[in-house]
Amino acid sequence: MKKQHQDYKNIPGWGMDADPENEPNYPMKNYTGDDHHRSDYKRSAPQPKDVEILMSNERPKISAVFGNSVPPSGLSGMIRRYAFKHSEDRYRHWLPLIFADRINMFEGVVDDLRKGYFPNIIAERGWKMEVKHNPKGFAVKIATAAAVGYMIFLMLKKKK
Amino acid sequence: MEYRGPYRVRTVEKPMPQILHPEDAIIRVTRSCICGSDLHLYHGMVPDTRVGSTFGHEFVGVVEEIGPLVQKLKVGDQVLVPFNIACGKCNFCKQGLFGNCHESNPMATAVGGIFGYSHTAGGYDGGQAEYVRVPYADVGPTVIPPDMDPDDAVLLTDVVPTGYQAAEMGGIKEGDTVVIFGAGPIGIMAARCAWFFGPSRVIIIDHVDYRLEFAKNYAYCEAYNFKDMEDPVVFLKKTTDWYGADVCIDCVGCEAEGNSLQTFSGKVTLMQAGTATALQWAINSVKKGGIVSIVGVYGPPFNLIPIGNVLNKGLTIRANQASVKRLLPKLIAHVQEGRLNPKGLITHRVPLEEVADAYRLFSSKLDNCIKTVLIPSAKS
Repeated sequence: MKKQHQDYKNIPGWGMDADPENEPNYPMKNYTGDDHHRSDYKRSAPQPKDVEILMSNERPKISAVFGNSVPPSGLSGMIRRYAFKHSEDRYRHWLPLIFADRINMFEGVVDDLRKGYFPNIIAERGWKMEVKHNPKGFAVKIATAAAVGYMIFLMLKKKK
Repeated sequence: MEYRGPYRVRTVEKPMPQILHPEDAIIRVTRSCICGSDLHLYHGMVPDTRVGSTFGHEFVGVVEEIGPLVQKLKVGDQVLVPFNIACGKCNFCKQGLFGNCHESNPMATAVGGIFGYSHTAGGYDGGQAEYVRVPYADVGPTVIPPDMDPDDAVLLTDVVPTGYQAAEMGGIKEGDTVVIFGAGPIGIMAARCAWFFGPSRVIIIDHVDYRLEFAKNYAYCEAYNFKDMEDPVVFLKKTTDWYGADVCIDCVGCEAEGNSLQTFSGKVTLMQAGTATALQWAINSVKKGGIVSIVGVYGPPFNLIPIGNVLNKGLTIRANQASVKRLLPKLIAHVQEGRLNPKGLITHRVPLEEVADAYRLFSSKLDNCIKTVLIPSAKS
C-alpha cells in the first residue's frame, strides 16, 4: 500500500523528541521511591467542610480540597449515600449512582416547576442546531420517535 | 452553564465562587472549550453527574482573587489552567503524576480531581462559566506567555498535552507505524504529536469523513474510514505487511461505534461502561510485543476487552490522564517555535449564553465541527 508521506522526515519537529529510553514507564513517572512512604507526606491544610461530602470508603480521610457543588439531596441523595457505603470495586456503588443521576433529572424538573420556571426543553437540547444544520436527519429522528411512540400507545390500548 | 440531565444544558446565574481554601484562586474565564470527554457527561454516561453541575475543564482566564497562601500568581495575571487539580505535595504529584493527585478528590480513589467533571472526579464546578474557583493555585495555573494567542493557550490545558502524552506513552521508535483510533480533537492532536517521536507512518481511523479529511491535512497522516472496510483489523494487518502496527492509540473511549455487540452491551443496555470497540481494535491491530496507549475516557465499573490477546501477544498497555503540568514547558516551546498550531483545531466560537446549541453542534457533529470554544459575554 502506498504511503502518503514519503517525505515525512520534513514534517516540522519530526523525531526531535524521540527517546530510546522511553521503555515502558519513563517518562510518565519520575520515580523517587516516595511510594514506599505511602501517605506520609506533608498535606495542605484541610478545606473547611461547608456541605455534605460523600467520601470513597477506599480512603481513610477526606482529601485536603474538594468541590462543594451540588451536595446530595432528595431521593437521589439518599441513593447516593447508599452507594458510597460500598467500594469503587462494587456494582452496588456505581449502578445506584447512575440510577440516582436519572432520578435527579426528574427532581430537577420538579424543582424548576416549584420555582415557577417551565424548562425550555427544546432550547436546552439545542434542537435549533439540528434544524439549522441537519433538517432532514432531524425530521427522520422526530418521525421515528413519533412512530415508535404511536406503536407503544396502540399496544397499551390493545392490552387494556 | 448548568447540566439538567442527559442532552440538556442551559445558562443560569449562579453565585460568585468563593475562596474556600487559602491556596485557592478565583479566575475570570475568558475562553473555555467543550471537550470530547464532556460529551460523556452530556450523554449521561458518567456516574454521579448531578443536575446543577457546571462542566468545563479546558479554560483560560484572568486571576481575579487569590487566597492568602498563594505566592506565584497575582491579581490580573492571564493564566491557563490544567484540567487536573493537583496539590504538588503528595507522592504522586512529586513523581510527576499530576493527573493522579491524592489530595484533590475525596469521592473516588481511581481518579484525581478534575474541574467540572462530575462528583466522581471531585465535585468541582468547571470553567464553562464566567468565574471559577481554582484550588492549589500555585501548582496548576501557568501564566500565559505574553506572545501566546489565548486560543492556543486554551488548547494547552488538555487537548495538546493529552494528544502528546498519548503519543509519548506509545514509546514510538524511529520508523514505527502508529495507528490512532478516533479523529476527534485529541486523536488529531495525537496524530500530529506522534511525528515528534520519529515514526515513518501515522494512520488515523474514524467513521466521520469531514474529520478524516481535516486530520489528513492538519496532522500529515493517512486517514481511513472504517465504514468503508469489511474489517478494520484485517485492513490494518494488511497495510502493515500482515504484521500489525507497532503502536496503537485509543483516542475514542466509551462511546465508540463500529461493533454491534459492544454497542448493545455498552450503550443500549449499559451492561458495561460504554463501548470499548476502539480499544478492542487497538489490541487486535497492534503487533505482538507492541504497545497500546489509551487516553480515551472510560467510566466505571468495567469494559469488555480481549485481555487474553493482551497476554498472548505480550502487549504493553500504557494509559493515564495527561500530566499537563509536566508537559507544559515542552509544549509551550513547540507552540512558540511554530511546530504546533493548536488553534488550527478550532472551528466554532460560540457565546457562553448559547452553550446548549454549542453542545448539540459538537455532539451531533454538525456543521463540520471539530472544536468549539465558548466565550463569556463582554459584561463579565
